[in-house]
Amino acid sequence: MFRRGVRVVSLLLVVLVGLSGCAGAGALGGGDRVLVVGIVANPQMKDAIALSRGFERDNPGIRLKFVQLPENQARAKITASTATEGGEFDVVMISNFEAPQWAANGWLENLRPFMDASPGYDAGDFIPSIRDSLSYRGSMYAVPFYGESSFLAYRKDLFAKAGVTMPERPTWRQVAELAARLDDPAAGVAGICLRGKPGWGESLAVFDTVVNTFGGRWFDRDWNARLTSPEFRAAARFYVDLVRAHGEVGASSAGFSECGTRYAQGQAAMWYDSTVMTSTNEKPSDSAVVGKSGYVPAPVESTPASGWLYTWALAMPRVAPDKQAAWRFMRWMTDKEYVRTVGRSLGWSQVPPGSRVSTYRIPEYQAAAGGYARATLEGIDSANQRATMTGPVPYPGIQFVGIPEFQDLGTRVSQQLSAAIAGQISVDEALERSQEYAQTVGKSYQETR
Amino acid sequence: MSAQTIARARGRGGRGLVTGVTWLVAVLFVFPLLWMVITAFKQEADAYTDPPRVIFSPTLTQLAGVLERGFVPYLANSAFTTVVSTVFVLLLAVPAAYALSIAAVPGTPNVLGFFLSTKMLPVVAAIIPLYVISQNLALLDNVWILVILYTAMNLPLAVWMMRSFFLEMPREVIEAARVDGAGLAVMLYRVILPVVAPGIAATALICVIFSWTEFFYSVNLTAAQAGTVPVFLVGFITSEGLYWAQLSAAALLASLPVMIVGWIAQNHLVRGLSMGAVK
Repeated sequence: MFRRGVRVVSLLLVVLVGLSGCAGAGALGGGDRVLVVGIVANPQMKDAIALSRGFERDNPGIRLKFVQLPENQARAKITASTATEGGEFDVVMISNFEAPQWAANGWLENLRPFMDASPGYDAGDFIPSIRDSLSYRGSMYAVPFYGESSFLAYRKDLFAKAGVTMPERPTWRQVAELAARLDDPAAGVAGICLRGKPGWGESLAVFDTVVNTFGGRWFDRDWNARLTSPEFRAAARFYVDLVRAHGEVGASSAGFSECGTRYAQGQAAMWYDSTVMTSTNEKPSDSAVVGKSGYVPAPVESTPASGWLYTWALAMPRVAPDKQAAWRFMRWMTDKEYVRTVGRSLGWSQVPPGSRVSTYRIPEYQAAAGGYARATLEGIDSANQRATMTGPVPYPGIQFVGIPEFQDLGTRVSQQLSAAIAGQISVDEALERSQEYAQTVGKSYQETR
Repeated sequence: MSAQTIARARGRGGRGLVTGVTWLVAVLFVFPLLWMVITAFKQEADAYTDPPRVIFSPTLTQLAGVLERGFVPYLANSAFTTVVSTVFVLLLAVPAAYALSIAAVPGTPNVLGFFLSTKMLPVVAAIIPLYVISQNLALLDNVWILVILYTAMNLPLAVWMMRSFFLEMPREVIEAARVDGAGLAVMLYRVILPVVAPGIAATALICVIFSWTEFFYSVNLTAAQAGTVPVFLVGFITSEGLYWAQLSAAALLASLPVMIVGWIAQNHLVRGLSMGAVK
């Protein structure tokens, strides 16, 4: 019995020692400088990881280790690490929501000196609206990997069959009329797919652009909440009515993925969402509607444009230990040459869009993305707060309010919106409650001004 | 037809119905797992069809893709944290449970209540202090922080489980050992542990499952070095949607070790979990 016990314990110890050799308790070893890059998991980043072997080959002594997480987890983790100077990451992927706020907090390295010292790295080639959204006091604190706006996709074949045409620059009222004409529940085709899933980055991204163009805003210049203003109310009523009457089934739980799937399977006549939707709509392996879509700018009401602006970009935490090595990687991944590498290696339709003007001048890219390239560029180019809002606001952001509290506030408000879409509460009730949440946040800014 | 024949036929019918319902429930329970296994061998295009595709050409592409994406280090981290924390839990829980049952110490109910109360704090409420403590101890992205936390996380449950097994032990056996002159160590090792071995196996398995599937601590306190399998799995969820076939392949590989351990320990587990159930 005793001997058996000794044997079992010995075996266990051997297993533990073996495992400890494999487990990540210490350094990665090998003498190389290991750059840890925290990223959001998405197809473009998968491509970057696949191509990063080329970077390691060209930069002996630097090895890359990617930490991929879904957006919510990545955001939480990268925020915690950067804010507390945790030091786990040499390079982090953040958006234009975080970049100006984090730069103001002193959490990020100013990238201007690095760019100035990098001949051939054409920072002037970044699309101006994207560049501005990643800047703080005139300096860029993050460099864009790709950018996006929002636009409206529509099924040209269904429109032709119904004998209707899509205006070149539609208004929301026109879109609502078209949705009513094309809504065909018997055939399983919704008039339009719009997000209704709760989340500040889910339904609110789409809804906020409608609010802006209807003349609404979250706060006025003095941080008074404006969620019950006539303009905000009109936008909310319009959105909820449109989705309930001619939107997709289960709209209160539909986000980008759900709408993407429905549209790609031919179950929606229109879809208003991010310009990156083309990677789903036009991918033969995933979509049943390849080549059948037309793309027009984000619908408007009382503004000349209403598309949003979003970008995933690379930034360097202030405590990154080897800044030169980190910059070498950031430069590689956001350079003009990277775009060409993706095009040549993986295909021109997989090029990360929306960051550099020069991408849209590449003939191969124009040929591959002819159906939507111009619409994407125009959307991003015209997306700025001066064009997409009717009144002055004290915060940055189009489809979000660029303050830290918005992650919580936006999620709470989006829950009210979803409840209204599901028919559980009225639009007025949803807005009354949302106004209370927003007032609390606005008050804190009024007190600290 | 005699009354006896009718009763026999009814009895057969009743048993058949029960068997049918049992099979139905069993299939319903196993179906998600079965679907995951099937999907792991599909191409992505076959995995996401409406209606679902049952006939397809099986492929190992997804499993190979998962391994290529660096699954093994995550597996090693999970195995290390799970095994070491489970060993620590048992080393601490067995004597603690003994002290709280057979050799009951003063204030046992309070101690047990305290153990249970530690499970009542939501993990999310503790994560920021834990993050800062880990950072100050230079244990961020280190498997040992997970070992410590998993040990702490499973210890209360293990103490409670082991205590219930100890309480089921016939006191006569312990008294006989005492009369024979056995000291505490000998009694524990030679008399008590063999009797409660199935209970230890059951407790260990529960600890293994909880540690293996733990996500929140791992995702927040690790990065490039110490990430565990659940963190690896979540990397397949993208902003453009789920890659079902890849995710299923990764989930299949991730769940295999626990399934194997469960399979090996199933006899002990059943015995352990039903210890004292029938007097």
